Amino acid sequence: MLLLDRRQLLAASAAALVAPQIAYASAETNRRLVFVIQRGAADGLATLAPTGDPAYAGLRGDLARDVMDLPKLSGMFALHPALNQLGAMYGAKQALFAHAVASPYRERSHFDAQNVLETGAALPYERQDGWMNRLLGMLPGETRRGLAIAATIPTALRGPVQVSSYAPTALPDASDDLLSRVGAMYAGDAQLHPLWEEAMQTRAMAGDLASGSIKGAAANGRLIASLLKGESGARVVMVETNGWDTHAGQRARLNNQLGGLDAMLAALRDELGPVWSDTLVVVATEFGRTAAVNGTGGTDHGTASLAMLLGGTVAGGRILSDWPGLSQGQLYESRDLKPTLGLDAVIGNAVAGHFGLDPAMALPRLFPGEKPAALAGLIRG
Amino acid sequence: MDEGARALSRFGLGGLGDQDPPANPRAWLEAQFTVYQPRPAALAAAPSTAAMIELLVAARDDRRERKEEAAQAAAQMKGAEDNVPGPFRPLRDAYVEAAGMRTNAALSSPAPFMERLVHFWSNHFAISIDKAATLGFAGPFEFEAIRPNVLGTFGELLSAVEHHPAMLLYLDQAESIGPDSMLGARTARRGKQRGLNENLAREILELHTLGVRTGYNQDDVTEFARALTGWTVGGLAKQPALRGPGPQFWFAEPIHQPGARSIMGKRYGQSGQAQAQAVLDDLAVHPATARHIATKLARHFAADVPPPALVARLEQTFLATRGNLPALYRVLVGAPEVWDGAAKFRNPWDWTLATLRACQIKAVPAKSAATTLQQLGQAIWKPGSPAGYDDTAASWAGPDALVRRVEVAQRLAERSGAGIDARKLAQRLFGSELSTATAAAIQRAESGEQALALLLSSPEMMRR
Repeated sequence: MLLLDRRQLLAASAAALVAPQIAYASAETNRRLVFVIQRGAADGLATLAPTGDPAYAGLRGDLARDVMDLPKLSGMFALHPALNQLGAMYGAKQALFAHAVASPYRERSHFDAQNVLETGAALPYERQDGWMNRLLGMLPGETRRGLAIAATIPTALRGPVQVSSYAPTALPDASDDLLSRVGAMYAGDAQLHPLWEEAMQTRAMAGDLASGSIKGAAANGRLIASLLKGESGARVVMVETNGWDTHAGQRARLNNQLGGLDAMLAALRDELGPVWSDTLVVVATEFGRTAAVNGTGGTDHGTASLAMLLGGTVAGGRILSDWPGLSQGQLYESRDLKPTLGLDAVIGNAVAGHFGLDPAMALPRLFPGEKPAALAGLIRG
Repeated sequence: MDEGARALSRFGLGGLGDQDPPANPRAWLEAQFTVYQPRPAALAAAPSTAAMIELLVAARDDRRERKEEAAQAAAQMKGAEDNVPGPFRPLRDAYVEAAGMRTNAALSSPAPFMERLVHFWSNHFAISIDKAATLGFAGPFEFEAIRPNVLGTFGELLSAVEHHPAMLLYLDQAESIGPDSMLGARTARRGKQRGLNENLAREILELHTLGVRTGYNQDDVTEFARALTGWTVGGLAKQPALRGPGPQFWFAEPIHQPGARSIMGKRYGQSGQAQAQAVLDDLAVHPATARHIATKLARHFAADVPPPALVARLEQTFLATRGNLPALYRVLVGAPEVWDGAAKFRNPWDWTLATLRACQIKAVPAKSAATTLQQLGQAIWKPGSPAGYDDTAASWAGPDALVRRVEVAQRLAERSGAGIDARKLAQRLFGSELSTATAAAIQRAESGEQALALLLSSPEMMRR
């Protein structure tokens, strides 16, 4: 976060704030949001497999082996077998799957697509601030606490509202005396001073888990829960997951990836306890993968994919999809799942509903690129 | 402005604790074109790509045998097959060894400006060791494809990179098969799905040469992927028909998609290996490539938001010299945007080298280099994507990232601080650019060790 950027952003957002902050006074202040980004283009067609589509088995070949015989959640879809716990959430009506979704981006570059997903703009690199930071700006001041589970701040959380980042390491802790001297040394540095202040506050909050190194996805889920839980915990958290770009050997790799995601989210749910009922988890990726298996047991960059809404506030136990079909004529550019629902609409409406924000006001600010239409009923009323 | 200090930090890898800054900074930078050694003593014992191919073949055999044994033993099979760490251990060790060599080559080099360029190009053509097949090749890739070519033309560098087994494996090219090739047609008749993989073709266009959104489309990607079929690794082929005479790059005709290709409106009628090479040759001097490389160099040396005038000068030079790299470096040395602009935030790799050089450390154990960079968030040769590590402050200046640096600084000061006077060192490194806040913090420290930890954590040290 460059100071220069922040000044520009502050100026820009001050001008854009047509409604006074008081408009959001009704926001649900106990609510927590966790956004899990799947970097690398996660294969929605394998995660929630449309095994009821007559073209699926033929397109997918060997990749379909794990899912063809599974019981379906609905007439069309079977959930990947590695997603046991997510299946349980679905059964408990705490999971909603939105299929054939896509952001406004229609090319196939990971990096541009992630930028569009995170900034909420129509085009890559059009904006510098992210939708999560703009969301924080809409929350009442005392709950405006954003956190990235990472050493630095990902694009979605960048912007005028100061946010923190945290990720434990095995490094020996520096002494408190040294930390306070460093703080004094940075006091006059416009870039380093605010970063340092954030780091010190988050460190104080992380508590016991900070001392151990993270082992495995479940530990990660517990750590995130510990940073969300307390009265002064973070309200808006972003979690980065990598490794979804399965060009080759997809069956085994995706099995591991999804297993990790499942374990992390289950641990988050369990560790949050009663706070889970105030929590919304959004899982999304920058675009999908080709409908057909490629020549190397994987899939290439595609278009529409899957998004998941999980948590106690979700009106779950259902699949949201205007299924476009997988026959040759139904595919996007004859190769990809065709988008029939805006990813921005799913995320924007879920988040607005979760925090009790007026969608007409919140949606165009969160996702100015698509300016999604209202979509009722994602969150329990 | 202190030109000596800036030559060291902005072009080089940071000042040395036991040496004054160069008296004639520009001449010192120019001289590095001849002083630079592609294979210095620190890399003399580096393992070759060929040796790594042997290790990979052995690891795969080993894994297969273990799987067969496990299958015979039946029981607790579920999920175990893809999680057998043992066989890849020798490759992991080779990676750590090479990461240490890279660090030590940078610490001991008389040409730190050239070393910075090696790191720049290695990141531009990034491979990432989170893919197991590339684990052993990351070091040899940089040592054999990048280092010998940083003073040639962009086209030579590009060609060396795209022929290297590391790249062919990392971006799945080695497995891509032309659907109408001899072997492709035969497997199709048997009902097997094996064919094209467009990963390398796309990333060459998007990341290595033209840059994203520069006018190519999906058809161009697919056509280029077809042209590239046959580019494979001779020592790693499973079918005997595809094996090469040597272990490294091999053009395997039986999987090459026959016929002419059309890419961005140009017809490529060549047969065999020459076809994709002709495409690469055109891409290497394309105006979009000139703009892309100019922008990245300007971002790296001048500012996160590249100054348009510097980008334009680099771009013109690129086009006028058909990608002559030393000509581009001379533009940088002469650029007021680099000398006079605001400092860039150091990434963890730059910061680590700068702190070690400040502490007069000429060599570190391989394992400590690899783990420190891992802990600081920039594991060596592991950017996680072919786009490489980002080159702007937004990606590195995070709250937690700063704390980690302070923790590493404290550890380094504990281990190496004896005999270093941080007050003198600060003067030597930062000259007239030492801030009063940093000078005061060092002055008031409770011990020499703490003074050094503060110097290594100072705002001056965080930037270059």
